[in-house]
Amino acid sequence: MNDLVVHAVDVRKRFGKLEVLKGVSLDVRRGETVCIIGPSGSGKTTFIRCVNHLEKIDSGRIEVNGHLIGYRERKGKLVEDSERSIARQRTQIGMVFQRFNLFPHKTALENVVEAPVQVLRVPREQAVADAERLLARVGLADKRDVYPGKLSGGQQQRVAIARALAMRPALMLFDEPTSALDPEVTGEVLTVMEELAREGMTMVVVTHEMGFARKAADRVVMMDEGVIIEEGPPEHFFEAPEHERTKRFLSKIL
Amino acid sequence: MDVLVSVDWHVIWLRIFHPDHAFARALWATIALSVVAQTLGVLLGLLAALARMSRFPPLRVLSGVYVWIFRGTPLLVQIFYFYFALNPPTVHVLGLTLSSEISAGLLALSINEGAYMREIIRAGIDSIDKGQMEAAKSLGMRHWLAMRRIVLPQAARVIVPPLGNEFNNMMKTTSLVYTIGVYELFADAEQGYSQTFVSDYFLAVAFWYLVLTTAWTFVQAWIERRLAASERGEELGFRERLLAAWNPVTAWARGAR
Repeated sequence: MNDLVVHAVDVRKRFGKLEVLKGVSLDVRRGETVCIIGPSGSGKTTFIRCVNHLEKIDSGRIEVNGHLIGYRERKGKLVEDSERSIARQRTQIGMVFQRFNLFPHKTALENVVEAPVQVLRVPREQAVADAERLLARVGLADKRDVYPGKLSGGQQQRVAIARALAMRPALMLFDEPTSALDPEVTGEVLTVMEELAREGMTMVVVTHEMGFARKAADRVVMMDEGVIIEEGPPEHFFEAPEHERTKRFLSKIL
Repeated sequence: MDVLVSVDWHVIWLRIFHPDHAFARALWATIALSVVAQTLGVLLGLLAALARMSRFPPLRVLSGVYVWIFRGTPLLVQIFYFYFALNPPTVHVLGLTLSSEISAGLLALSINEGAYMREIIRAGIDSIDKGQMEAAKSLGMRHWLAMRRIVLPQAARVIVPPLGNEFNNMMKTTSLVYTIGVYELFADAEQGYSQTFVSDYFLAVAFWYLVLTTAWTFVQAWIERRLAASERGEELGFRERLLAAWNPVTAWARGAR
């Protein structure tokens, strides 16, 4: 039980009339890398956005490291938590976005330093040393003083990964991290992610990169129309999918 | 051409090249009024813009009512109302004495300007990609911290060009407070006219307003150029900045609309 980093139970979410999550349950153990795949509109992005409460949920519950995310229990009902404690919970959860969302008015280094200094109150010198180490780790030590506008997409996404890692999160969420990239630079981002997975980071990755899922995932989860329809270790998942819709999806994408 | 022939060039010459003490005081009053009113206007506009986006409904309503009233009524009416209804006492701040009419004029100009600035600032904030706020929040930043550190600095770059236009306007609009007895540039011209009935005092004062707004055009171009440079990720050296500021071609191209 203590081993569960993510514990999501029957998560439901609707946007107006459209029910995007129709009861999603998913557990992620410490050190595990879970890839969520599925056609667009299947709710996979919405689901991981719920995990750090960028989206509210309508029912169900999501726990990260044993703590309810975004909500508090009051008389058996869930009420939204205060902004302060939601923010504190998010410090544990790194997020990498499809569109990078680097801060364009700050250099690569300043992007990485910002949250540790402003949120965790890490002394600046230490934060800078950490940031330099992280930039080196994603292969961008020489870009520390460069603004995002001067970096390629792949470089920007690697800075974004370093920025999220600077908070020393217990969990990393990746929302289609390579979908906005040119094909020739997706490799450099995926390599960084593979290393991260190998080093034991707990990761949930929404992706269309089946090669990555095959290589780095401990478990692959297939979502369609707001529910998880199949999950399993990649060997099994890709070689012998059980579900008809999974087969159809894989045949289209591979 | 008749108009030009009839100009009393001597008066113009005197007002431009031999300004007297009263004139200097008036010029200073116009500059000081403009800078202070614009600064207060920006602060008020920022507060109102933040109130407009607040989660607390009464604040949003308050912000709406503020803009509705102060953009919907003439500034001149507001100036008179602040002066005659509030009749603010003479105040002493920072070694300066603010007379009743200066306080009332400043108040009206600032509050009126704040209503326009709110819209400009809100548009600036709205123009920043929502992903910026989300990224900041995903790093554990709270709303106001993210606003202050991430969104507002980026919005500032969008806000600066229209803000420059507002200030250009403000320097000319301050002439309205002459009506409640503030001695500024226009009051100085009006006094010259009423003593001599030579209308060229107005031509001379127009020249001085033109000097102010033109000088501002250069300053604005310099600011915008610097912002554009840092957006491209370049830090300009001192020499480059000096060149950028004083290169009339770029200044006119960017600033003169």
